[in-house]
Amino acid sequence: MAKVRGAIVVDVERCKGCELCIGSCPTDVLRMAVDVNGKGYHYAYMENPEACTGCVNCATVCPDTVITVYRIKVVD
Amino acid sequence: MAEIKLEDIIKPENLVFQKTKLFTDKPLSYCPGCGHGVVHRLILEAIEELGIESETIGVAPVGCSVLAYEFMNIDIAQAPHGRAPALATGIKRVYPEKFVFTYQGDGDLAAIGTAETIHACNRGENISIFFINNGIYGMTGGQMAPTTLPGMASSTSPYGRDVASMGHPLKMTELVANLPGTRFVARHAVHTPALVRKAKKAILKAFENQKENKGLSFIEIVSNCNSGWKMTPVKSNQWLTENMLEYYKLGTLKDE
Ligand SMILES: Cc1ncc(C[n+]2csc(CCOP(=O)(O)OP(=O)(O)O)c2C)c(N)n1
Ligand code: SF4
Ligand code: SF4
Ligand code: SF4
Repeated sequence: MAKVRGAIVVDVERCKGCELCIGSCPTDVLRMAVDVNGKGYHYAYMENPEACTGCVNCATVCPDTVITVYRIKVVD
Repeated sequence: MAEIKLEDIIKPENLVFQKTKLFTDKPLSYCPGCGHGVVHRLILEAIEELGIESETIGVAPVGCSVLAYEFMNIDIAQAPHGRAPALATGIKRVYPEKFVFTYQGDGDLAAIGTAETIHACNRGENISIFFINNGIYGMTGGQMAPTTLPGMASSTSPYGRDVASMGHPLKMTELVANLPGTRFVARHAVHTPALVRKAKKAILKAFENQKENKGLSFIEIVSNCNSGWKMTPVKSNQWLTENMLEYYKLGTLKDE
């Protein structure tokens, strides 16, 4: 059965730590880093990368468009 | 099943979403979580998808988005003091083949430039108006706007808007839908993925309508102002859902 796997890349230095992406993810992939970027913002990262389906929800709500999304089909 | 590494997924051929090239390299000046950023992106994506980047002229307002021209890599002018629809009228009449839009906040569109808005809509100028309603004057310090909700606190209505003395919130979108010059009038929001996708379709349609010369498209986007509302971005979007959408109902009001 084919399924999908996704991955996102966050432009860490441009993330403003708004946390809006976190609640938009249907598979609970994202968390805010304890660490901060150069502007002092906590930034989003994939805490559970294996759950990402590449659905683009997080990038869709990100006001600063700092998320890039990739997706592949996986055949078992 | 063999283990899949992130490097196997993060490759150019697997790309499904990236920032549109019509953004300049400048980081947006908006507060964390501000809806202006999403609306900027949707407009630029629509322009890119329609392939009209060299034929589009925008008009920026006063307000936080006064700097829209810094972020949008298209031709764009800035109209002080609510005059964006008047400037857009002039531009469109000189260049009828161009795609002309205004980008305006609620202070700009519904207070400072009410006259320009109403008359451009009534004349049926063949332009698109994008109206970002966050119920407040964001840039100047969160003062009450005509769109501030009853009971909503602002820096000039600290005990909440009192309708008896301050009047009712102005529903500009309903108002312009009643004018014969408008063709497509809709209200959207951008705080969930599904709503963002819907708003994008309306924005695309607003540009497409200009090809047919049939009148003005007016798209309101109900948005947040975390700083003015004094809430976190997540809280402000919740507040928006629970309060703003009751008064400012989403949907298409007119489509001719
Ligand atoms: C006639 C006039 N009065 C006042 C101002 C000052 N002013 C500049 S921006 C602004 C508020 C704009 O608020 P809004 O359009 O809601 O945009 P936001 O900043 O919330 O995005 C005001 C009052 C002005 N530019 N012109
Ligand atoms: S692409 Fe979808 S599944 Fe992956 S992190 Fe973003 S919202 Fe979650
Ligand atoms: S929505 Fe964008 S800016 Fe906000 S925390 Fe997530 S990645 Fe950062
Ligand atoms: S003041 Fe309000 S409208 Fe202006 S950038 Fe900040 S959140 Fe956005």
